[in-house]
Amino acid sequence: MAKRWVSFADDKQCMGRRRSRNVLLVLTLLCCVSCSMWLFWGSGSWGILEKLGGRDLRYPRKQILFDRFNISKYHLRSLALLISSLEQERFFKCMNKSIDDVKLSSSLLHTLAEINAEVDHNQGQENLIGSDIFFEGRCLMQIGCDGAAKSSLPDNIPEKIMRSSANMDAIFLKFRQQQHYRQHSKGSGKWSKKLLFLGIIFGLSVALWIFVSMNATITERRKETLVNMCDERARMLQDQFNVSMNHVHALAILVSTFHHGKQPSTIDQQIFAEYTARTAFERPLMSGVAYALRVLHEEREQFEKKYGWKIKKMETEDQSLVKDDFNPEKLDPSPVQDEYAPVIFSQETVSHIVSIDMMSGKQDRENILRARANGKGVLTSPFNLLKSNHLGVVLTFAVYNTSLPPNATPEERIRATVGYLGASFDVPSLVDKLLHQLASKQTIVVNLYDTTNVSAPIRMYGPDAAGAGEMYISGVDFGDPIRKHEMHCRFKHKPQLPWSAITMSVGVAVIVLLVGHIFHAALNRIEEVEDDYRIMSELKVQAEAADVAKSQFLATVSHEIRTPMNGVLGMLQMLMDTELDETQQDFAKTAQLSGKALIALINEVLDLAKIESGRLELEAVPFDPRDILDNVLSLFSDQSQAKGIEMAVYVSEQVPEILIGDPGRFRQIITNLVGNSVKFTEKGHIFVSVYHIEEVRNMEDDQCETLSGCQVVDKQKIWDNFTLLKSSTEGDNAINLIVTVEDTGVGIPQDAQSRIFTPFMQADSSTSRTYGGTGIGLSISKCLVDLMEGEIGFVSQSGIGSTFSFTAVFKEASKSSGDIKRHYTDSILSSFQGLRALVADGRCIRARIIKYHLQRLGILVDVVTKQQNAVQTIVDCCSTSGRSHIDMFLVDKDAWGERSGISFPRFLSESLRNGVVMHKELQPKMFLIATSLNPTEVYDLKLAGYVDSMLKPLRLSMIVACLQKALGMSQKRQPTKAKPMTLQSILRGKNILVVDDNLVNQKVAAGTLKKFGAIVTCADSGKEAIRRLQPPHNFDACFMDVQMPEMDGFEATQKVREMENTVNKLIESGDVSPEIYGNSRWHVPILAMTADVIQATHEHCLSKGMDDYVSKPFEEQQLYSAVAHFFESDTIDRIS
Amino acid sequence: MDLGNLQRGYIDYISALFHEGFLDSQFTQLQQLQDESNPEFVLEVATLFFEDSEKLLNELSRTLDQQAVDFKKVDAHVHQLKGSSSSIGAQRVKNVCIAFRDICEETNKEGCLQQVKQEFYLVKSKLETLFRLERQILAAGGSIPIMW
Repeated sequence: MAKRWVSFADDKQCMGRRRSRNVLLVLTLLCCVSCSMWLFWGSGSWGILEKLGGRDLRYPRKQILFDRFNISKYHLRSLALLISSLEQERFFKCMNKSIDDVKLSSSLLHTLAEINAEVDHNQGQENLIGSDIFFEGRCLMQIGCDGAAKSSLPDNIPEKIMRSSANMDAIFLKFRQQQHYRQHSKGSGKWSKKLLFLGIIFGLSVALWIFVSMNATITERRKETLVNMCDERARMLQDQFNVSMNHVHALAILVSTFHHGKQPSTIDQQIFAEYTARTAFERPLMSGVAYALRVLHEEREQFEKKYGWKIKKMETEDQSLVKDDFNPEKLDPSPVQDEYAPVIFSQETVSHIVSIDMMSGKQDRENILRARANGKGVLTSPFNLLKSNHLGVVLTFAVYNTSLPPNATPEERIRATVGYLGASFDVPSLVDKLLHQLASKQTIVVNLYDTTNVSAPIRMYGPDAAGAGEMYISGVDFGDPIRKHEMHCRFKHKPQLPWSAITMSVGVAVIVLLVGHIFHAALNRIEEVEDDYRIMSELKVQAEAADVAKSQFLATVSHEIRTPMNGVLGMLQMLMDTELDETQQDFAKTAQLSGKALIALINEVLDLAKIESGRLELEAVPFDPRDILDNVLSLFSDQSQAKGIEMAVYVSEQVPEILIGDPGRFRQIITNLVGNSVKFTEKGHIFVSVYHIEEVRNMEDDQCETLSGCQVVDKQKIWDNFTLLKSSTEGDNAINLIVTVEDTGVGIPQDAQSRIFTPFMQADSSTSRTYGGTGIGLSISKCLVDLMEGEIGFVSQSGIGSTFSFTAVFKEASKSSGDIKRHYTDSILSSFQGLRALVADGRCIRARIIKYHLQRLGILVDVVTKQQNAVQTIVDCCSTSGRSHIDMFLVDKDAWGERSGISFPRFLSESLRNGVVMHKELQPKMFLIATSLNPTEVYDLKLAGYVDSMLKPLRLSMIVACLQKALGMSQKRQPTKAKPMTLQSILRGKNILVVDDNLVNQKVAAGTLKKFGAIVTCADSGKEAIRRLQPPHNFDACFMDVQMPEMDGFEATQKVREMENTVNKLIESGDVSPEIYGNSRWHVPILAMTADVIQATHEHCLSKGMDDYVSKPFEEQQLYSAVAHFFESDTIDRIS
Repeated sequence: MDLGNLQRGYIDYISALFHEGFLDSQFTQLQQLQDESNPEFVLEVATLFFEDSEKLLNELSRTLDQQAVDFKKVDAHVHQLKGSSSSIGAQRVKNVCIAFRDICEETNKEGCLQQVKQEFYLVKSKLETLFRLERQILAAGGSIPIMW
């Protein structure tokens, strides 16, 4: 039993372990799921990563392909179509002739047919197309050569074909690469599907395992229950049996004591029956007890006489034939034997066996013999009891007449035997009774067997039908070592289905399947998306090719148009130089203007194409924003003066003098905006203002009225929309500028305002009829502003005007980054440094603009708004010598109303007449600033005492020229020329180096420059140019041919720049004094001379360190515009 | 021959040159460059052009005669010739040069060169005639008529 308990405890431990095993199981499952998930996603994301990588790798190659060669398979195909339609015959001839391999030629035939028949782009044919194009290209080359030789094809085709064929391999490679990638991605998809399948199988087997293990647990528990119950029953049976047996033993001793130990006996049948009946509760398992006396044969007669009955024998030897109507009287007397064991006392329940010789029953006899030999209780094998016919066993104890020693031998025991006490156990009723006392008797079936004879166990109790399920056997020990008993237990019912295990495992399986389904769906989705992605990328490639083709087309067409247009313009210029009458001159001029407009438009279209194809890149060079604004204004000065519009620019002091950015594009934006304003404004003003963004943020409402007094829209509204204004995120040295162009034009109708930045959209179609233009300018401006990380916006009101405003981000230039083109130099500034000026104007904004320009020259400016104050100030400075001397006095023509400026001197002299002494030499020089002046007014103002007049728009160069003239700084001014800045004036006296290997070109260039008064030196190679340009030298400029043998113009320029840099560094570092080199900073302007005047070359020139380019042969206009930039300020400088 | 006839003949002749495309506007510009300080400018330039071009043509024929034609060299020479001719305004020479550069790689190199040479000598003789006319006019004490 103890062992069982131990095992039970073990089982408890087992249960604990099982629980922990369950936890482990769940953990493993989770691990598996997450593992498969990770693997799955991992493979997926790796695929994507690889794909991205692949794309990234491929992208530049493709870009290069497009950039450098501008071809795609569509180009090729169209080329193929073109040529095949042109030259079908020749094509086939070419193939037959040039390709010996018959197989290849047939495949080419096939190719051509296929291409013409619009091959669609499914994957299977991709390869075919790739190789098609490859072979097609090869053949095209043949045709091309053939065709060109016979001069029957357009000139440019052979060249294109050559280029195409050169790239055939690259394209073919690209196709191959794409295919490879496709296969790869397919492979990874399959792999992950397999993985998923494995995962599902794994999950299902886990579910199965869960079921099996849980089922085993349940079965084991059931078995345990059975064992426990069986053991319990066996133990109880055994205990009770032992109790009964002990009592029978006690009874035997009682009989021995009181029946044999006393003379006469104190026990008779009546006492025995009563006693045993009363102590029956002590022997719950026994149906009855009886006492048989040992009677030897010689004592039989005496015994029979004493008791008055004959010793009877049992009816038969076989007890099984015992009948209900058992009557001992009818039994035969016992035959003669050695000894007898007649029952003398019996319990009431078995009183029928009194007088029966127990030795006559076979079983009983054996029992008696064994019992008296060993002195212990012995059991019979089960047999049918007399009368009750129940199966039972009989327990027999021997009763000895003397007390025996414990170690008495069997012989001694037999000799001492006087009688036998027998007790019969009625097994079925006993066990029934016993089982009734126990719980759950319904669930199990109990069988009791006598297994003394192992081969044929005798069933003592229980149904003979075999119970369901397994059986448990517990041994039962009834205290008789010879007899073996076993208790067989089994469950009545079959075990129930293990629902919990089934539920659990089915649940897990369902979860696994669900997860599997989800993953499967996800995989499918990913595959789908990948497919889509591939299609998209193919489409993208196509779209890009189309876009490139479009841009290319635009660029080509624009360029092709520009070249003849240049011819047209040049011719027109020449025509205008000839003697024409008025009408002819007018026609020619109109034609030229139209041509120029066309060129401008083409440039815009080119710009747009460039922007759209993303090829427009901004420069980052130092520039002077004020200079650029002056430049823009001078562009439109003629128009504005003709229209009588007041035009002005104001740049805030907060804006740095030099910024780093793209001056050309900055200028372009402003030019576009101002151009629009000029176009749409008939009266009033156009005002360009530039502020630092911080100023605008803190700007209070301006108290000043507008420039012309006309009403303008509120620009604050535009600024409110700018995010840049709201957020104050500025880089280290980033400068945010806000440029506003304000006009008093017709304004933009409300309904058109939304599409104002859309290309080719004007406010409405009637606008283009009235004002012309394509409406492309604003959209380009917007793109450019976007490129400059800025924003553009506008406010407009019909009839009042429009205000455009944009922001742009530039970098602040460090002081040392000089080298910018400027119209004036420090020496001019110094010549004006410290002068004092008085500006009188009724409108403070006008005064502020004048002040701004003068301050740029270093002039100290005082502003008075009232006429009276102006007079007072002048009088003050004239009368009191020395103190507060004023060098110049500037007044607007309309300072205090129409033409009031002109009459101001009269007002002044009237005031002077009142006895104030004027020192004539102290009187400031007076300048009138006007939008327009008619000849009578010019006369008037000279008469009134003005030194000179300045026509608006005010520009620095103009002010400088005017002031220099008036203040006597320009004695050497060209006396005869009406226009101050002609080519002649700027080139006169200049030392110019002309570098050209072509002597004729050299001569012509030199002649032309000499004609304009320059002193020309010639060099006929790049090397000589370098030698001559080694600082110090006295050349003011160098014209360099680009294409020269040995060393071309670019290379020579780079060498020259290197030399200059070295010298500059030496000077800067102080190693060499500037005096030796005569100049503190060397940068000789080098202009490229080229016959190839296209945009790219211009940019190329700039990138190679050249400053500009001129076309060859020289064109006066272009030469002027190129040269003017470098010499305009120099001229003034030199003259002063 | 009196001066008037000479001058008229000169004008006719130079107009014909322009008309037939031998010369273009560049020549006019050259003439404009000629003034008192530089009276022989056009002649100087033209002479230079003749010398230079003849040298180039010789080089060209030598290069093309060789077994392995150095097209780089040919190209450079033709480029030079094109440059000079466009500078002086010898339009037809220039055009032939352009054509030459485009197709000289193919066939009939000799033919091309011949064409260039032909054009060159044509324009040379024309110009020489022109200069002779000029000299005659000057010798006769007249001034060269200006037709622009």
